Amino acid sequence: MGYPNQPHQRETPVLSRYFGDTEARSLAGWKKRGGYKALDKALGMAPADIVNVVKESGLRGRGGAGFPTGMKWSFMKPGDGKPHYLCCNADESEPGTFKDRELMRWTPHALVEGCAIGAYAIGAETAYVYIRGEFTEPLYWMEQAVKEAYGAGILGKNAMGTGKRIDVHVHKGAGAYICGEETALMESLEGRRGNPRIKPPFPAVSGVFGMPTTINNVETLIAAAPILMNGADWYKKMSLSNPKSTGTKLFSVCGNVQRPGTYEVVMGFPFKEFLYDLCGGPPHGRKFKAVIPGGASVPIQTVEEAEATLMDYEGFVAQGSMLGSGGVIVIDDGQSMVSVIARIARFFAHESCAQCTQCREGTAWTTKIMERIRDGQGTIEDLDTLLDIAEQMTGKTICVLSDSCAVPVVSGIKKFRGEFEALIQGRRFHPVIAAVA
Amino acid sequence: MADTKMVSLTIEGRTVSVPDGTTILEAAKTAGILIPHYCYHPGLPVAGVCRMCLVEVEKAPKLAPSCATTVAEGQVVHVHSDKSLDARKGVLEMLLINHPLDCPICDQSGECELQDYTYQEGREDSRYREPKRFNPAEDFGGDVIYVPNRCILCTRCVRFMDDVAHDPVLNVSERGDRALIGKFEGKDLTHPWASNVVDLCPVGALLSKDFLNKARAWELDRTASICPNCTQGCNVTMETRENQLVRMRPRPNEHVNAFFMCDWGRLNYRWMNEKNRVEQPMVGRARALAPTSWEIAITAAARALNGKKVFVAASPMLSNEALFLLTQIMQGGVGAFRVTEGEEAPLAGVKDLALRRERAANVYGAQALGFNKTTDLLAGLKQGDVLVVAGEDLAGIEAAAIARASEVIVISSILPEVASNASVVLPIANFSEEEGTVTNLRGRVQRFTQARQAPGDTRPSWLVLGDLLGAMGKQSNFFLPSEVFASLAASNKTFAGLSYDSIGFKGLPLANAPSTGPNAPIAVGAA
Repeated sequence: MGYPNQPHQRETPVLSRYFGDTEARSLAGWKKRGGYKALDKALGMAPADIVNVVKESGLRGRGGAGFPTGMKWSFMKPGDGKPHYLCCNADESEPGTFKDRELMRWTPHALVEGCAIGAYAIGAETAYVYIRGEFTEPLYWMEQAVKEAYGAGILGKNAMGTGKRIDVHVHKGAGAYICGEETALMESLEGRRGNPRIKPPFPAVSGVFGMPTTINNVETLIAAAPILMNGADWYKKMSLSNPKSTGTKLFSVCGNVQRPGTYEVVMGFPFKEFLYDLCGGPPHGRKFKAVIPGGASVPIQTVEEAEATLMDYEGFVAQGSMLGSGGVIVIDDGQSMVSVIARIARFFAHESCAQCTQCREGTAWTTKIMERIRDGQGTIEDLDTLLDIAEQMTGKTICVLSDSCAVPVVSGIKKFRGEFEALIQGRRFHPVIAAVA
Repeated sequence: MADTKMVSLTIEGRTVSVPDGTTILEAAKTAGILIPHYCYHPGLPVAGVCRMCLVEVEKAPKLAPSCATTVAEGQVVHVHSDKSLDARKGVLEMLLINHPLDCPICDQSGECELQDYTYQEGREDSRYREPKRFNPAEDFGGDVIYVPNRCILCTRCVRFMDDVAHDPVLNVSERGDRALIGKFEGKDLTHPWASNVVDLCPVGALLSKDFLNKARAWELDRTASICPNCTQGCNVTMETRENQLVRMRPRPNEHVNAFFMCDWGRLNYRWMNEKNRVEQPMVGRARALAPTSWEIAITAAARALNGKKVFVAASPMLSNEALFLLTQIMQGGVGAFRVTEGEEAPLAGVKDLALRRERAANVYGAQALGFNKTTDLLAGLKQGDVLVVAGEDLAGIEAAAIARASEVIVISSILPEVASNASVVLPIANFSEEEGTVTNLRGRVQRFTQARQAPGDTRPSWLVLGDLLGAMGKQSNFFLPSEVFASLAASNKTFAGLSYDSIGFKGLPLANAPSTGPNAPIAVGAA
């Protein structure tokens, strides 16, 4: 059923295995559950071999973009005479996404171990864990875990007694969505306003403090340990669909479902079964209308598209959306799509860093029009204007926040145009009243 | 620079070859194509935020910000393709949605890049139907007012204060469309170079208090000149309205002032507009000065000077030409000058650029031409000498000191009260009213041109002194200041080889000036 409930029998809990197990939070408890064995093994390997195993496993970035992790690690050229850095992106702010929060809350040592493995693999001595400012509880557990790890000699000058240096620093963000963008995160980490940088140069060339840097999502780094322990083949086999999407993926489900929570399934799992069986389907008397499967910035799926989806990187794309961060937002027929999209647009307008013109002005303009339509003051021309603004906001800015705001608007107008037109023509939105269970 | 790799590319159908590492925007400039932009400025680090300079690069998946994209061999760039024009039109519409469109009461109107590009490439109407955001204007301290409603958040001002002035006072506050330029708590724009943010601002968001509501941009006449207020010799544009100097702004020169000038120099222009001028030549008759014609006055002055020992008290504001001609009428006499001093104020991010201690344009030129720098101006004046007061205001000089002179000849714009017993007064134009050259502290000779008309019968200094030389029976046949300079270059080894044509409007160093360092292009951002 997914955390906070007992796991559903169709789940494959690899990373989420110890969710709810308070003992797993402590170093002793974590070691009892096999913790730090992977790090021990990793430190005995050549960094290039670790990169190869991860490459072989097919692990792809779990933060949203899905870039092959092993390839990313291989961009870090050993022996270039510069200090390398690892950044762990724990600034999980994508609306609807809360998988990293659970990972850090329940298995902080898993992330410490993942960071240490990742740092060693890319030739870095320092790893930064950039945690979203609002995540006070995960921050507490992460700080505890790092302290314990230093105390036990797992981190530090002589990590695990191997003579290798691995430092992990936990850094608390100050509450900006944009700091989850990798270069904005680096700016923020360096003490400046979290504004995305122009790319190129990419982080692997010039990242934190101008040095070669790799930045990975929490889930990605944690996944490295079981891959090292069980081998690339074991991970590769965990796929129900295609060899490009391997392993397990955490999905955090919220919105109009019977059992919201964090689920872990293998790649290629049927989305229909996931929604109706694992998540328990829609509330009584309601029907699913739409799904946003990967956090607020991916295209909205109609329920028909969602039901035909296989849950992996390619499967979501094939059905008009993206896997994204795995933050599934389920919308039933009790909701107004216009209202939902207006709220999403407001979020992006609030979080725009204000650098690029199209994003600064476009997100706010979109919000104002969306809210006007929602309030019954829209005109038919507004829809064209919205699509035109969205076009200007797509692919023209430094980062993709602007695109992210345009995506739900465009997909919403395309797939639910009737709801927009009804509101514009003065018909109030009538939600389906839920039957008494 | 010989080993710099050159890269060839095509921009709007024109082939250009530029050094590797050049941005597309700069490469386009060499082909005579200006790619519209706001946040980019050659004197500041690249921000790439306004997204105005997007251009289409063939085979690239997305439009490229030309300010932040370096050239590549064989690149084909389209500046005015439908795709790029559409993107820029989009940016312009977005920039205007929260803009008050108050051009009729905006100081920047007529020299506003938002206005220019909107007329050039923007939509004729706006589709914006929502309320505009409003923020009150704010006094930023110094000479600067901030009008946030007009601001397009290009961050040029922030980058100037951070990376050029090295005095981080400004920031971007807030996020999204609430963002505006903020001032760090307890700080003001009091840095001695802070007013450059007004020039850098492409729109009417940062305004000069001094210039506020003084003139519309299209009423101004603009003249290439040199700031006369210190020995740095920043290149400026003097802007006049109805013959009154109303503003001085920096004119780019990579050898002297990059793109900047200091606040003190910029705001210290009123003395050139002063009304208490001598407007007619005068001769002393019956213990009083009486107006007369130029012929009579020049003849009288020549008679007074001929065969006498002469002492010249010159002003270091005078041009090389005037000072050179003064040495010719000295007939072996002595010349001296003094200079007002103030505190030096460097601009940290630009090498060898500062408001200098010595606050006059031509201290170096005066010294190169043999005038002695002194604090006691008339120390060298011997009993019975003829005293020529050339441009000197004689402030603080006692009548008793002047009494040592047998006769006093004033060649000046303003008649000093202490010299009212002069036998001849020859009124000359001030710095803004004539043409000439000055030499800055690094020995760079730079031309300035006439920005205003001189009042009354006043004549340019070189013309008056040339006529005087002729009346004294010496060789003098000058119809243009360039001829005076040619004569100077022919007779003085230091100035040899220079001419108005070769100096141009960027200046050239004297023969003995250091060839590296200051006279090499100065690097902005080099700390």
